[in-house]
Amino acid sequence: MCENCSKSDLTLLNDVLKEFASVRGSLITILQKAQEIYGYLPVDVIYYLAEKTGNTPAKVMGVATFYTQFRLTPVGKNLIMLCKGTACHVNGADAVEKAICDYLEIKDGETSADGLFSLKTVACLGCCSLSPVMMINEDTYGSLTPQKAVEILTEIKAREEA
Amino acid sequence: MRIVIGEGSCGIAAGALKVHSAIDAFANSDIQIGITGCIGMCFLEPIVDIYEENELKARLVKVKESDAQNIVNAVKENNLSLVDYLKISDEDNSFLTQQTRIALRNCGIADPENIESYKEKGGYEALKKVLTSMTPEEVIEEIKTSGLAGRGGAGFPTWFKWNAARQSDGDEKYLICNADEGDPGAFMDRAVIESDPHNLIEGMLIAAYAIGAKYAYVYVRAEYPLAIVRLGKAIEDATKENLLGENILGTSFSCTLRIKAGAGAFVCGEETALIESLEGKRGMPRLKPPFPAQKGYENKPSNINNVETFANVPWIILNSGKAFASMGTETSKGTKVFALTGKIRRGGLVEIPMGLTLRDVIFNIGGGIRNNKKFKAVQLGGPSGGCIPEALLDTVIDYKALSATGAIMGSGGMVVMDEDTCMVNMARFFLDFTTKESCGKCVHCRIGTKRLFEILTRITDGKGKEGDIELLEELCDSVKSGALCGLGQTAPNPVLTTIKYFRNEYEAHINEGRCPAGECAALRKYVIDETKCRGCTLCAKKCPVNAISGSVKQAHKIDTNKCIKCGLCKSNCKFDAIEVK
Ligand SMILES: Cc1cc2nc3c(=O)[nH]c(=O)nc-3n(C[C@H](O)[C@H](O)[C@H](O)COP(=O)(O)O)c2cc1C
Ligand code: FES
Repeated sequence: MCENCSKSDLTLLNDVLKEFASVRGSLITILQKAQEIYGYLPVDVIYYLAEKTGNTPAKVMGVATFYTQFRLTPVGKNLIMLCKGTACHVNGADAVEKAICDYLEIKDGETSADGLFSLKTVACLGCCSLSPVMMINEDTYGSLTPQKAVEILTEIKAREEA
Repeated sequence: MRIVIGEGSCGIAAGALKVHSAIDAFANSDIQIGITGCIGMCFLEPIVDIYEENELKARLVKVKESDAQNIVNAVKENNLSLVDYLKISDEDNSFLTQQTRIALRNCGIADPENIESYKEKGGYEALKKVLTSMTPEEVIEEIKTSGLAGRGGAGFPTWFKWNAARQSDGDEKYLICNADEGDPGAFMDRAVIESDPHNLIEGMLIAAYAIGAKYAYVYVRAEYPLAIVRLGKAIEDATKENLLGENILGTSFSCTLRIKAGAGAFVCGEETALIESLEGKRGMPRLKPPFPAQKGYENKPSNINNVETFANVPWIILNSGKAFASMGTETSKGTKVFALTGKIRRGGLVEIPMGLTLRDVIFNIGGGIRNNKKFKAVQLGGPSGGCIPEALLDTVIDYKALSATGAIMGSGGMVVMDEDTCMVNMARFFLDFTTKESCGKCVHCRIGTKRLFEILTRITDGKGKEGDIELLEELCDSVKSGALCGLGQTAPNPVLTTIKYFRNEYEAHINEGRCPAGECAALRKYVIDETKCRGCTLCAKKCPVNAISGSVKQAHKIDTNKCIKCGLCKSNCKFDAIEVK
């Protein structure tokens, strides 16, 4: 393993491993729990989980990179999930995305310079009737326009900076 | 009287929780306040219902926090005229009265977090009936009579799959519910789980009994956190009441039910990929045969059904297969749930008997197109489906009739498009999706969809070439026949149906450099209407590339060669003088 890799506190995984390490077919669940703990999947965590679950690191990495939910880099404090599903597409999600990107000066998959926001486009949050839709952390915002999206971000930013 | 607040995901996104706490703040303890799931009228959320006993006295729509005091007073004083201004209009109410609800029968009525509420509505009676008076074969026979077909997209007869799994050798069998709902623009399954989780559990238990499965899984997509929470609570409650677990209701039938959260991969909706994912692996489809009924989860006989398929089962057992089969057409029985969205006036969940026409659903129930625009197409079946034009709106909702158009019934996504939607860009949108979601296992899907996407991108960028349409068609053909699983085999459908019905739009892009819907930015032309322009110079100042010229108080002009089509001039013009052509 590389020397510069982050040193994560691996003891945080004890409970998860106790519950799932020996349950067959639990790799995805374990990775989900690990991501909840660290916010992403650090490389040393992947190696550690491979060892503890009896898999090769390549297999764990293979699973982690297959599913869009998993992240290999840290995210900003607020994760924006912008829907670009069919209903949202038809109702103008592209314009909303452009407004968000311009405002935060980032592209899809990136984190803003102040570390406050990360943007990730997803396909359908299941609130299609309120399209275009985005989720920021646990909260869903519907019937977006480019202006409305920027207002929401401005508000969160102000709150964070206060 | 009782106040009930609709708290499905849509309602919550529209502000239902805030309304709930505002009502809580005004009400004292003698007013009963409850919750329910999604009634399906998403265009009117947040919705608050007022009940007297079990009778709905008033349905209040688009409720805001500031309405809370009036609502509480209306209930306290038993004077509903106080909230007359919030009552649903007859016209909007017809969205619901035109529906026939079986799978959704408790949605928006029952409290999804309370098992008693489900039982009051006849919940778990079907399970009791099955366990105490029917053999597994009789259950399968009843489902056969009902004509129930898989609601996940393919429409395969449900009884046949159950029977195959039952007949398979081995005593360790698995039942799996596909709640991956990958079609972007569909939310029927989410609504069922969030609003009536016990109905799903009961349907699954009946299926497990029929095929002889002791273990059941629900594979829910990760984007549905509320569904996962509510289903989890329902499983806990059902287990406490011995409706799940060992020796259910004192019989010899035992079954455990577990939730597995997906991790975001469309291909995992495909049944064999879903099984791989359940096993904790990359979700790559397996070659069939062997079918899951022979070798599924952990290579044991398994049966997979969609959420809506299961949601119909308790009703069929209680009301008979014959009653279910009396609805619908010759080849498609019962009802189907659609998620009606897009440029529609009344969007939400629609459950109707098979055999109605698309026009019935879009215009009578959905109220037609928003903002008096013109209907252009309706998309069914998501990335595996197709776009149906106005001329075919009288097609009936039936597996065969819809397939004949080149689209498919699909799982229930129904996205309506108007004159402002570019059909080439729509095809490009879906291919962008399938390219990203292709698991990469087979060449035709991995590379074929990418090439299709590139050609479509070229066309929408105004760089289409003569022969591109034919090239698309040829490529579609080989992807369709060469791909391993349903994802690749159906990925060309959005391209083929748009070429079939909207060829003129492709030709306009390629031959005339024009996007008839005005959606493709690269093909847009901004021009100044000289009769409207007052020469205020604002547009010229805003233009980032100095493409606009003209003197003060004189009409301005845009140099189309310099213009980068950013639209800043248009959005800043105070006289509405800039047109997009
Ligand atoms: C690419 C792809 C995605 C699919 N996605 C779903 C899905 O999200 N939900 C679903 O129920 N079925 C989906 N299916 C269909 C399943 O493979 C399977 O046919 C279905 O779950 C069987 O259940 P049913 O017989 O009750 O319809 C998908 C199929 C393919 C090829
Ligand atoms: S398409 Fe955006 S929420 Fe469904």
